[in-house]
Amino acid sequence: MMGEDPETFTQEDIDKAIAYLFPSGLFDERARPMMKHPTEIFPEKRKIQWGEDGRPFHFLFYTGKQSYYSLMHETYGILLNAQKYQDQMTAQGFPPEKEKKNLPGSRWLTKMELEEMLLEKLSDHDYSRFIQLLQKLMMLPYGNNEEKYMQKFSKEIATQLQKVVIEPLKYDEQGVAFSTGEGQRKTARATAVVYDNGSGKITVNGVDVLHYFPVLQDREQLLFPFQFLDRIGKHDMICTVSGGGRSSQAGAIRLASAKALRSFVTEKEVEFMRQAGLLTFDPRLKERKKPGQEGARRKFTWKKR
Amino acid sequence: MAVPRLLRAAAPRLYSTVVAPAPARQPRDADDRLITEPLGHPDFFNVQELFSLKDLFDARVHLGHKKGCRHRFMEPYIFGCRLGQDIIDLDQTMQHLQLALNFTAHIAYRKGIILFVSRNRQFGHLVESTAQECGEYAHTRYWQGGLLTNANVQFGPGVRLPDLLIFLSSLNNVFEPHVAIRDAAKMNIPTVGVVDTNCNPCLITYPIPGNDDSPSAVELYCKLFKMTIIRAKDKRKQKEVFYDLQSKAEGA
Repeated sequence: MMGEDPETFTQEDIDKAIAYLFPSGLFDERARPMMKHPTEIFPEKRKIQWGEDGRPFHFLFYTGKQSYYSLMHETYGILLNAQKYQDQMTAQGFPPEKEKKNLPGSRWLTKMELEEMLLEKLSDHDYSRFIQLLQKLMMLPYGNNEEKYMQKFSKEIATQLQKVVIEPLKYDEQGVAFSTGEGQRKTARATAVVYDNGSGKITVNGVDVLHYFPVLQDREQLLFPFQFLDRIGKHDMICTVSGGGRSSQAGAIRLASAKALRSFVTEKEVEFMRQAGLLTFDPRLKERKKPGQEGARRKFTWKKR
Repeated sequence: MAVPRLLRAAAPRLYSTVVAPAPARQPRDADDRLITEPLGHPDFFNVQELFSLKDLFDARVHLGHKKGCRHRFMEPYIFGCRLGQDIIDLDQTMQHLQLALNFTAHIAYRKGIILFVSRNRQFGHLVESTAQECGEYAHTRYWQGGLLTNANVQFGPGVRLPDLLIFLSSLNNVFEPHVAIRDAAKMNIPTVGVVDTNCNPCLITYPIPGNDDSPSAVELYCKLFKMTIIRAKDKRKQKEVFYDLQSKAEGA
């Protein structure tokens, strides 16, 4: 019917069909006709806890928090077994193992996750008690045997090690090594290409550096990375820069050239550059003007009367 | 109908104000027979054989607290005082224990809900495991105020309350009487409780004077209650099968 294939009819198709067949002018999306699986519309709730004769199913029903307390009961039972095993091993003469496997890559479940697991509301006190019990179990010498049980309540954190990868050198048609770098300062954006076997020639936006930056201070900023590494006459540089003003363009090119030079240099020197502040992006931007003040910080003149 | 009235007048007064019912008429229904048959015997489930005085002594049930902790209402149950420590009279304990176990067995036979209560943290796990093994219920955690008195709101409408409360320790963690004793009395639920020398035996229907702090004593109580309940349930199943076969034989 309708020329559709029932085998490949997805939920989106169902939604479109229902919207077409039962057009509704109601504003609330949830009030419009929908056709979804009941579990999506009605969240999972607790079913009736007792049978026909009135006897509850769970032996801890009358405590009120049956899943949480049964979890505590089970965990405590495991703890007691571990202690008993430890006593047996000490009695037989085997000293307890002293290795502590505290894996930093895992964490215990949060309170929300535990509530979802148990389908029950927990208080902070309950949650902390449960975590303390798990930690006590982990601290026992033979507690690690129950790793499988404890894994149910732990999650792995993806260790985020952001190691900055220094790109290797590239070679152009003549076999000359070069590398690129990008930098920014205030609103200026710059890209620099540094070539090896050069004579210290610097070109900015197709124009020689002396013409583009007439002020000495800007040219000093450009030369700083090369001067720091004692490579003043050894590299050529071609850069493009846009945005910002005179000083910020100079700062952007400085950062870009320092980043490009990382590929030519040992790791130790890269660390020296980092400590000198050559590789750090300068986060300072123009602060906004606030109402009731003349500028960002400057207040209006105070008049006594 | 003069005869039943005379019988009713001669019937003994119990502790409640309701007059004792007339002696049972001949049970007609098989279900009626099933329920009323155990009531004819003083010890239908033979709970006496489960324990002896020596067992109680070996489990240190007779040891009470120091005489400074003695509760005034426990004085009838105390045998004496030795070096400042109260000793509980085990003869009285034997009688009370027999009554209590017999009562528990009858409740279990009639498929009642039994709730084990104990706020002693040392034995919480043991009590919960005992309850789980019997097929009954346990509460060894913080008692929320309205559990019995406000059950319909807390659990949902139509909840069935426990028919018996068994206290393995009748005090809570601040050495005051457990709230459940008073609540059970309010809700007309009978109670069985182990009362130590510092406890108040007043509102408990079947007190058992005895030690509630030693592991050996508590393990003994748990074992006894578990055995009685299991015995009573097995007896019930046997009797059901028996009456079932009997009614089939009569019908055929």
